[in-house]
Amino acid sequence: MRARAKFLIGLLAALHVVLLFAGFFAPYDPTTQDRELPYAPPTRLHLRDGSGFHLRPFVYGWVNPIDVDPADSDQPESYKEDRSVAYPIHFFVIGSSYRVLGLYRTNRHFFGVDEPGKVFLFGTDGYGRDELSRILFGGQISVAAGIVATFITLLAGSFLGVIAGYYGRWIDESLMGVTELFLSLPWLYFLLGVRAFLPLHLSALHTFFLLTGVIGLIGWARPARLVRGVVLSARSRNYVLAARGFGGTNFYLLKRHILPETFGLLLTQAALLIPKYIAAEVTLSFFGLGVNEPTPSWGNMLSTLQQYSVLVSYGWLLAPAVALVVTSVLYSYLAEVFHSRLKSYST
Amino acid sequence: MSYLVRRLARAALLLIGVSALCFLFTEMAPGSFFDEMRLNPQISPGTIASLRSHYGLDQPLPVRYGRWMKSALHGDLGYSIAYNTPVAPLLWSRAKNTLLLTITALLLTWIISVPLGVWAANRRRGLLDHAVTVTTSFLVSVPELVIAVALLAIAVRWQIFRVGGMISPDFESFPTPAKVRDILLHLALPALILVLCETAVIVRHVRASVLEVLGAPYVQSARGFGIGRARLLFRQVLPVAANPAISLLGFSLAGLLSGSLMVEVVCGWPGLGPMILEATLSRDLYLVIGGIMLSALFMVGGNLIADLALLAFDPRIRTGQEGSSAS
Repeated sequence: MRARAKFLIGLLAALHVVLLFAGFFAPYDPTTQDRELPYAPPTRLHLRDGSGFHLRPFVYGWVNPIDVDPADSDQPESYKEDRSVAYPIHFFVIGSSYRVLGLYRTNRHFFGVDEPGKVFLFGTDGYGRDELSRILFGGQISVAAGIVATFITLLAGSFLGVIAGYYGRWIDESLMGVTELFLSLPWLYFLLGVRAFLPLHLSALHTFFLLTGVIGLIGWARPARLVRGVVLSARSRNYVLAARGFGGTNFYLLKRHILPETFGLLLTQAALLIPKYIAAEVTLSFFGLGVNEPTPSWGNMLSTLQQYSVLVSYGWLLAPAVALVVTSVLYSYLAEVFHSRLKSYST
Repeated sequence: MSYLVRRLARAALLLIGVSALCFLFTEMAPGSFFDEMRLNPQISPGTIASLRSHYGLDQPLPVRYGRWMKSALHGDLGYSIAYNTPVAPLLWSRAKNTLLLTITALLLTWIISVPLGVWAANRRRGLLDHAVTVTTSFLVSVPELVIAVALLAIAVRWQIFRVGGMISPDFESFPTPAKVRDILLHLALPALILVLCETAVIVRHVRASVLEVLGAPYVQSARGFGIGRARLLFRQVLPVAANPAISLLGFSLAGLLSGSLMVEVVCGWPGLGPMILEATLSRDLYLVIGGIMLSALFMVGGNLIADLALLAFDPRIRTGQEGSSAS
């Protein structure tokens, strides 16, 4: 059990490292289009050719169906491999330039093939953009949105929860009344409603902060209630009363005795909320209310699947959904680990 | 009775609070429906100004809110700018479809999850319990959008269900039984998606609350007296475990309403979802507010039904000791 927990949390950490260094792991720029190769299926990795077995995998280029003579193809609609030239996969290749962590400019990529070869491990979308690169860069946006929104929620929720729990009386009652208001609305209706009143067309960065702000501020009610409960019970503990008797100020009591009690709860809430908020960003972008093209996000990548024909014919475009599921499952496992830790501490 | 009166007053207060919140948000919003018009050189600024005053958008917030309240009391819920009609009839034509979808999903969810949760808890650590725990913990962590898109992909690919819309193109020519069958066939996919998402949540709650009661001292002692397993479960355990489960009903309605908004858009079901989304994109303020109010109304209604059910099932509430159990 311990070993499996370590493994899964390591996996989650690795996922974040890969997303953080998306520019390095992605073979291409996420906005570079290859209009010759729209909806190209995932490039196949080969190890064997006419001359025998190779240790280094290699790929063939795709030939667009409109360039293939219909006579010598049994499936005229689909892409064919051009077997005349093989492009071996190289590691640490020079490619398009990008910034590491937004600071340092470089053009070194983890893997790639020599031009004019192309390697699309997850295929391409309708504009011939590499799906893998877009998933990595889109993941940066989606996961960061989840984390920032969670931070906002927990900040607002714990602030108001502490105030309600610590000062009690009419402050508590009115704040809890407001939480009931927020909790009584179906969150997606609420989210759409708030989004409706905000400008639609903005730069990617503005949209990002607007989105995370809206998602984060809508969800503050539940953590506020939970924090309030913890503070309420911590406030009347004997050692807290003793500290107050010795002349401890409110600020000291909160900082030294009461806030530390909420940390375990906040950690569990964070692990629960992050995947939920990633899904919220994805849903909004899926509806066209979130991050706009050409900046990729898992949501706006999935929104092309609203056309049934795309959904049926180009199955590899479901890859962002798979990435989303993996992230969500790993996070909810983390939440479970935190939760069981919390329970074993408190009993 | 005072319990019910208190709940009703609370519900009314909640609805007023939600509407006030909506109007506060509109006040903070920088854009309006006429932004797109302003870009059109053929429409003069004077026309836009007169349109704004026609719809009363140039009035200060309290006046607008007062007018809206008056219109809400008349059952209009304001005036849609894009459709140029009162909001309520517009919403109602769509809300019927949303209600059909959500209530079907709600009933199916509870019919499936209550027996499953009770059974899993009663045969704890059995094969079924393990299967239920593993499946639901996976389904709970998968985002609803992914479940929807995946099921849609399967349905379209293998043409299992009728996909898209609510009726077939030649619906009008069908005899009545065929009409019902056609709607049910279209209903199957969105309802299945919702049931799958929501069942995972409810089963876990039902299982947990039954397990909690099963571990209670009085159940242990009843078992010690030699009361049979089935009798124990149905007479002693379930009536007590029903309270948190019924409170969950309102909660599950919230999940289903949010879920149905997304599912309706993905599956093309002509409910409130696509209309609200469209209104959001065109910034048709009163339609959006009306949609939020309607969803809040459904929620409040669902919670009231749950309260009534609690009143019927839990004697502690009837005798006024509600603080001991209901939150």
